[in-house]
Amino acid sequence: MQIEEKFEPTIVAFCCNWCSYAGADLSGTNRLQYPANVKIIRVPCSCRVNPMFILRAFQRGADGVILCGCHPGDCHYTTGNYYARRRMTLLFSMLDFLGIERERTRVEWVSAAEGAKFAATMNDFVATVTRLGKNRRLEDLRCKK
Amino acid sequence: MQRIGVFVCWCGSNIAATVDVKAVAEALGKEPGVVYFEDYQYMCSEEGQNKIKNAIRDYKLTGAVICSCSPRMHENTFRKAAAAAGINSFMVEIANIREQCSWIHKDKVSATEKAIILGRAAIAKVHLNAPLTAGESPVVKRALVIGGGIAGIQTALDIADAGFEVDIVEKKPTIGGKMSQIDKTFPTLDCAACILTPKMVDVAQNEKIRIFSYSEVDAVKGFVGNFKVSIRRKARFVDEVKCTGCGLCTEKCPQKKVPNEFNLGLDQRRAIYIPFAQAVPKVATIDADYCTMLKTGKCGVCSKVCAAGAIDYKQKDTFVEEEYGAIVVATGFNPIELKKYDEFAYSQSPDVITSLEFERITNAAGPTGGTLLRPSDGTHPKKIVFVQCVGSREDGGGCGKTYCSKICCMYTAKHAMLTREKYPDTEVYVFYIDVRTPGKSFDEFYRRAVEEYGVHYVKGMVGKVSPENGKLMVRASDLIEGKQLNIDADLVVLAAAIEPDQSARPLATMLTASMDTNDFFTEAHPKLRPVESPTAGIFLSGCCQGPKDIPETVAQASACAAKVIGLLAKDKLTCNACVAHSSEMLCNGCSTCEKVCPYGAISYEEKEFRMPDRTTRVRRVASVNPAVCQGCGACTVACPSGAMDLHGFSNRQIMAEVDAICK
Amino acid sequence: MEQKNLKEEILRISGVNPRKCMKCGKCSGTCPSYEEMDFHPHQFVYMVESGDIEPLMASGSLYRCLTCFACVERCPRQVEPAKLIEAVRLTVIRQQGQNHLKPDQLPGMLDEDMPQQALVSAMRKFAK
Repeated sequence: MQIEEKFEPTIVAFCCNWCSYAGADLSGTNRLQYPANVKIIRVPCSCRVNPMFILRAFQRGADGVILCGCHPGDCHYTTGNYYARRRMTLLFSMLDFLGIERERTRVEWVSAAEGAKFAATMNDFVATVTRLGKNRRLEDLRCKK
Repeated sequence: MQRIGVFVCWCGSNIAATVDVKAVAEALGKEPGVVYFEDYQYMCSEEGQNKIKNAIRDYKLTGAVICSCSPRMHENTFRKAAAAAGINSFMVEIANIREQCSWIHKDKVSATEKAIILGRAAIAKVHLNAPLTAGESPVVKRALVIGGGIAGIQTALDIADAGFEVDIVEKKPTIGGKMSQIDKTFPTLDCAACILTPKMVDVAQNEKIRIFSYSEVDAVKGFVGNFKVSIRRKARFVDEVKCTGCGLCTEKCPQKKVPNEFNLGLDQRRAIYIPFAQAVPKVATIDADYCTMLKTGKCGVCSKVCAAGAIDYKQKDTFVEEEYGAIVVATGFNPIELKKYDEFAYSQSPDVITSLEFERITNAAGPTGGTLLRPSDGTHPKKIVFVQCVGSREDGGGCGKTYCSKICCMYTAKHAMLTREKYPDTEVYVFYIDVRTPGKSFDEFYRRAVEEYGVHYVKGMVGKVSPENGKLMVRASDLIEGKQLNIDADLVVLAAAIEPDQSARPLATMLTASMDTNDFFTEAHPKLRPVESPTAGIFLSGCCQGPKDIPETVAQASACAAKVIGLLAKDKLTCNACVAHSSEMLCNGCSTCEKVCPYGAISYEEKEFRMPDRTTRVRRVASVNPAVCQGCGACTVACPSGAMDLHGFSNRQIMAEVDAICK
Repeated sequence: MEQKNLKEEILRISGVNPRKCMKCGKCSGTCPSYEEMDFHPHQFVYMVESGDIEPLMASGSLYRCLTCFACVERCPRQVEPAKLIEAVRLTVIRQQGQNHLKPDQLPGMLDEDMPQQALVSAMRKFAK
């Protein structure tokens, strides 16, 4: 009999320092649970996230990548999240073209007051990625020893 | 290779209850480069900080990773501790294992595992950290105020009050702005001149304030604390120092047919003029478009009558170069052009006027000496129709504005009330869509117009005004009674929407300050930083930021002054250490970064490079001004050659974190 | 037709979004046939938005609109009431399923005082 191990996806979350990282902190302060699969990387602004970082994450074996920034119009740097939105739109259509499931990547606007939204978003995202299963298409096995 | 110390905090039981801190410390201790690890109950306490300092000294650490609460909480605490122990404060990284680990997970195994991964990511980042120093830049202790209306005047006076020098640049021959054209001010009905002119005199007499009237900003260079501004002083053909403002020339000038812009073209002035009696500076100006002497060389009357010998027909534009620490934008507003509103017959009948024209007609110093007369035939109007929201609250596409101009409801109530008070036999109709009177004593004021002065407020809109036999036939709807009204009015007053001054857009480009689609300057934060532009060192005062009445403008002008004083009071500005920087060798000079930078921090310069074959080549490369860069990183992603990177959040650092998490 | 579908159909035909209306009444203030109508242009906008369409369809006001488009021209929010009235009219006509005015009937209807515009409009209105 084969015992199937429960799939635990690796999820990388890029959070902008001013809104989403604070939102993530708030969901912690409020003790709102979300799965431990999510690991957050702090960036100054969502526009700091180079599409290369996302590809790198997938290459190194991430199963899902989520980018969180301030709501449109609320960016600490005025226009950063607009840049991010455009860049991600392009990247996602490229990933789509490559046959990577659209659901593995996501952009969410989470303000510093939306701890609950952050937790809910992460719960939903982890569930989605778990359902999709392991990301095998972009993973580069040579990176893992 | 870095020598890294790992410090795991228990945070009492906040972390220790769900994360096995000892296991985390031991696991991280095995990471490459880690030469020391420790766990302690409260790392942020005096005792905990001492542990970090001692470890840095004893083990010659070059970097530290603190696994504790959010960096938003104690990053500064730990950075200071590291600096006290002799290493650069930017060699410290925090792994957030409280808010983003122990507090959100219940399962100790997975929480511990996650804490180790977060620690590894921080270690991977520290390996690539480099010491950073925040730059410092000096502050020129002088401010520039662009625009000499009530907003600029108030800001300048307040800054000067704090002991700093201020220059006002005003494009018109006198300061005073729109407020000097207004008759009475709501809601107290005191006369605008009575409260404005003393302030104008204060400005003129203040030793700290210089007025550059009839001047415009020509170019702006530099950055917060160190702006270099070139001011064009337009030739007024009159020596400002010699002119005594006696006004004799303005009476003798034979060219009498010049539309008087101060009275909005309702009467005429001479080619040499002083806009109004209380002008500051009280100096005559020759209008080069109309002066016979300047156009044909035959006249010279003003020069003959001038006892002071101030007339100089050969005067040229001059430029003043000056340095400033802060720039205040106070460019104000204008009513919109109504020529396109054919249905209101504004261009067909002189008796259809704007509210600002109405102000001039009722002003004692205006073209009619303050008597309310029809511009067409000089008779008393018996029936006046006020139309609100002309050009305001429109839906795109048209010539109007989408926003509410905010001040019209109140000044229309004022006009209606004053008319009924002075001429009780006049019938006054006000057509409104909504009456918006939020403000101290504002709604009471409007109710007074209705209840005490018997102004007819009609809910509805005027559809058509047609001039017929010297009357203005006004067709309008009364939505509450459900009928169409036909009024034979003598005067129609249109409450024109207000828009930012035309000069604002080119100025914004010079200042790299951002604007919204309506050409209003945007503020750094709409709620919390309402008087600052997102561009450091640029401040906003008055209507250039959005429609405002006088009380609000003055409040904002003073707020703006407070922010400027806060900046000028500093001797040096500490810059953000995590700024972008460009690798000159990789930069291909494409200017992409310059375009995406929201702060104008990136400029291009020609630089000489020694090539391998010992020749010299000049290349165009990007350079980031660290005093202006706010460190958002937009340029790093836009750069096609990968030359641009961000200190503290470099490409390699973030990739290292990604790798550590995905391992 | 169901109430909701009726509204949707009218909005679809006209391409008008009545929610943009800020109820200023400029359309009714400008309407040359105001006195002839039971329901006025601004009421058309309001009543279509609130789904109260049957009274409009039963009303003679539909045929009093000259389609002069003054309201469309002057509406500050580009709601275009005349198009809405036209759409209500069309709905009525489509339900009847026949034309009520033929071009050869026109000469007999000519009247010295009748403005050209009214005739042309009537053609557009009835001959659809």
